[in-house]
Amino acid sequence: MTTAVLYDQLGPRGRRRVVLGSVLAYVAIAGVLVAAALQLEEKGQFESRRWSNLADPELAEFLAKGLWANVKAAAVAMVLALVFGAFFALGRLSRAAVVRVPATAVIELFRALPQLLLILAAAIVLPRYGFELPVFVYLIVGLTLYQGSVLAEIFRAGILSLDRGQSEASYSVGLSYGQTMRLVVIPQAVRRMLPSIISQLVTLFKDTSLGFAIGYEELLRRGKFATVSFGESLLQIYLLIAVIFIVVNIGLSRLARWLEGRQQRKYGAAGAAATVTGVEDLAVLDTK
Amino acid sequence: MDAVLDNLDAFGAGLGETLKLSLISFIIAMLIGFVIASFRVSPVAPLRAAGLVYVEVFRNIPLTAFFALAVFGLPKVGLTISFFTFAVTVLSMYTGAFISEALRSGINTVATGQAEAARSIGLTFGQTLLVVVLPQALRTVVQPIGSLFIALAKNSSIASLFAVVELTSTFDQLTDQESATLPLLLGTIVCYLLITLPAGAATAFVERRVAFKR
Repeated sequence: MTTAVLYDQLGPRGRRRVVLGSVLAYVAIAGVLVAAALQLEEKGQFESRRWSNLADPELAEFLAKGLWANVKAAAVAMVLALVFGAFFALGRLSRAAVVRVPATAVIELFRALPQLLLILAAAIVLPRYGFELPVFVYLIVGLTLYQGSVLAEIFRAGILSLDRGQSEASYSVGLSYGQTMRLVVIPQAVRRMLPSIISQLVTLFKDTSLGFAIGYEELLRRGKFATVSFGESLLQIYLLIAVIFIVVNIGLSRLARWLEGRQQRKYGAAGAAATVTGVEDLAVLDTK
Repeated sequence: MDAVLDNLDAFGAGLGETLKLSLISFIIAMLIGFVIASFRVSPVAPLRAAGLVYVEVFRNIPLTAFFALAVFGLPKVGLTISFFTFAVTVLSMYTGAFISEALRSGINTVATGQAEAARSIGLTFGQTLLVVVLPQALRTVVQPIGSLFIALAKNSSIASLFAVVELTSTFDQLTDQESATLPLLLGTIVCYLLITLPAGAATAFVERRVAFKR
């Protein structure tokens, strides 16, 4: 109850006001919904033929394959982005400037660009230089470069959040830099970073819909195809797609939160307080 | 490099459009964020619920899917506005959800004593929020809000898929005419950096100015 502090335990007058406010709010919300419904009704969007198409098994299968394409792209890009991120995070943390400077430049560059531009650039530039690849690959390239750079920053923040005493102690018992990283720092840092990594992966799933731009047949692109044969259900199909994405993403976020909670119970609140938050993509800003 | 130099005016126009789109959407998103954040901490339960639904919906819908729903779907219910207005609407509603979350996390960092003191001298909920809590909350969220502006500027590239001619569509169109794609890409990258780097620097500057010790 972090917010309750903004107002007192309500007295009789306060309660009356809140009741009045609630009534007004309900009326306003109902008003918006009714106005939207009337508009939909007037344009005939509630006619059953428009909605019954959604139950068409062929359409369902067509769209399900699209969603599967999103999952596939997300899975492949996730693995590659994690590898990319780990590689460049370690590079940026390196003590040798020849490694650190280029790694920093790569991370900062790709983080500063729109993902869509990276995906389009892969799809436009690579073929000009003789790399004719499936659109799936262009999508993966764009997603990996961007998400990998964001993950690299999450990794770096996680490693830096660790108390210096840990690595100092490890050096003092004679472990090398590599051993310190591998045996002492990374195992602890990963535990702290896990919630941020998972929310970034949820964002990654959401971003696979950018495949739409280059004709990768994911859910949204397939939805657009479907509106050609089911023209009368155009609005309904796009609504369905939005709902599918929202439900899947909320499910994934819940999973992330559950993992975070489990981690808190396992390692105590101290570990959770040190959790790395908010390097970039803002799903991370979420609290409760 | 000729490909870039010959098309400087196109790049300039694209950069201008991206900036315009980002700035207008950002201002509206801030307003939406303020309203939704105050809903979410309000004593009125239905407003809290409405705020929660808004945030959950718009944070979880892919921006591309939201664009498609608005641009292709809304004309079916008789709403026809320019592509630019569609883009501003979609971008600001989407970003508004993230801004409200940033503000809310800022509100949570304000020490409870502040709100308690405000209440004890008789300020109402609205006064407590507007005069005491939000001004302090804002200082702590300069960094996240700055990142949200940068994210918005990058996200505005998605408008290129829906008939707004900004930087990314400029790049896309020019690659059809010119054979040298790599210089065009570099030019586009430089244009985006012209937005994101100063925005990052401005954020850091503002944060230094408003930071205070607790």
